[in-house]
Amino acid sequence: MKNITAGFNKVFESKIRLGIMSSLYVNDSLDFSRLKELLDVTDGNLASHVHALEEAGYVFVNKQFIGRKPNTSYTITRNGRKAFQEHIQVLENIIKNI
Amino acid sequence: MMENDKAIEALTDIRSMMERSSKFISLSGLTGVFAGVFALAGAAAAYFYSAKSFGPDFLFGNLQEGQKTDVLTFYCVDALLVLILSVGFGILLSARKSRKTGQSVLDKTAVRMLVNLAVPLLTGGIFCIALIWHGIIGLVAPAMLIFYGLSLINASKYTIGDTRYLGYAEIVLGLTCCFFIGYGLVFWAVGFGVFHIAYGLFMYYTLEK
Repeated sequence: MKNITAGFNKVFESKIRLGIMSSLYVNDSLDFSRLKELLDVTDGNLASHVHALEEAGYVFVNKQFIGRKPNTSYTITRNGRKAFQEHIQVLENIIKNI
Repeated sequence: MMENDKAIEALTDIRSMMERSSKFISLSGLTGVFAGVFALAGAAAAYFYSAKSFGPDFLFGNLQEGQKTDVLTFYCVDALLVLILSVGFGILLSARKSRKTGQSVLDKTAVRMLVNLAVPLLTGGIFCIALIWHGIIGLVAPAMLIFYGLSLINASKYTIGDTRYLGYAEIVLGLTCCFFIGYGLVFWAVGFGVFHIAYGLFMYYTLEK
């Protein structure tokens, strides 16, 4: 039983982080307000989870100005894509091996 | 056991999040059914109008100049009414469904889907106006079907369901119709009426029931 959960990624343990990774996985990039709308969370909550994913090197943060308004958008990194795929694989293995 | 339930829940969340963030999921199958019914009613109205005025075996090409304009005006108003009613019901049903799915009606995915739908559709619309302008009436129905099919295929990347296949079916029907000039109304009724109802029911029962 122990083998199956080896490789289970602690970074993805929170539901919000899973949501962020899932939506970034299928979109080229998403901005902060769009992520907030999709996940239905508060600014602070989203910011801290995104920050954790950024620290892990899974998410790339892109800050720019659109006109005079600052705009922050997020893209999944190559490592993030790989780690997320592995995480899904682990979840699938758990289901298969009951 | 607990592990297993958690894994299933996580995978379900991942899947739904991927769909919600990239596809317009609030389109209801009932939209297709309503659009199909309106289209059939519109086609019936067009048929009875022509049959009443010019006999049941009328062919557009055999009409006099003055009669042609009458029929054309009726057809245009008729088609426009079908379009307005269909789109209106579509918006209404999508708004109702979006309350259930929690996706806002006009979010990014909806806008992206609409833009992808609109580009080939408007192209087709203007092309049809050009055909009418030049008096090439026989090709209007096939052109409508073909361009509508292309629009569906283009928009299908951003919707759930198998809209793509409805698009292919419309294109095949439209191309076939090109070789049966004079039967445009029948093909039109099949493509916009029967196909919509069949696809709408299929989508409703597979995805929403």
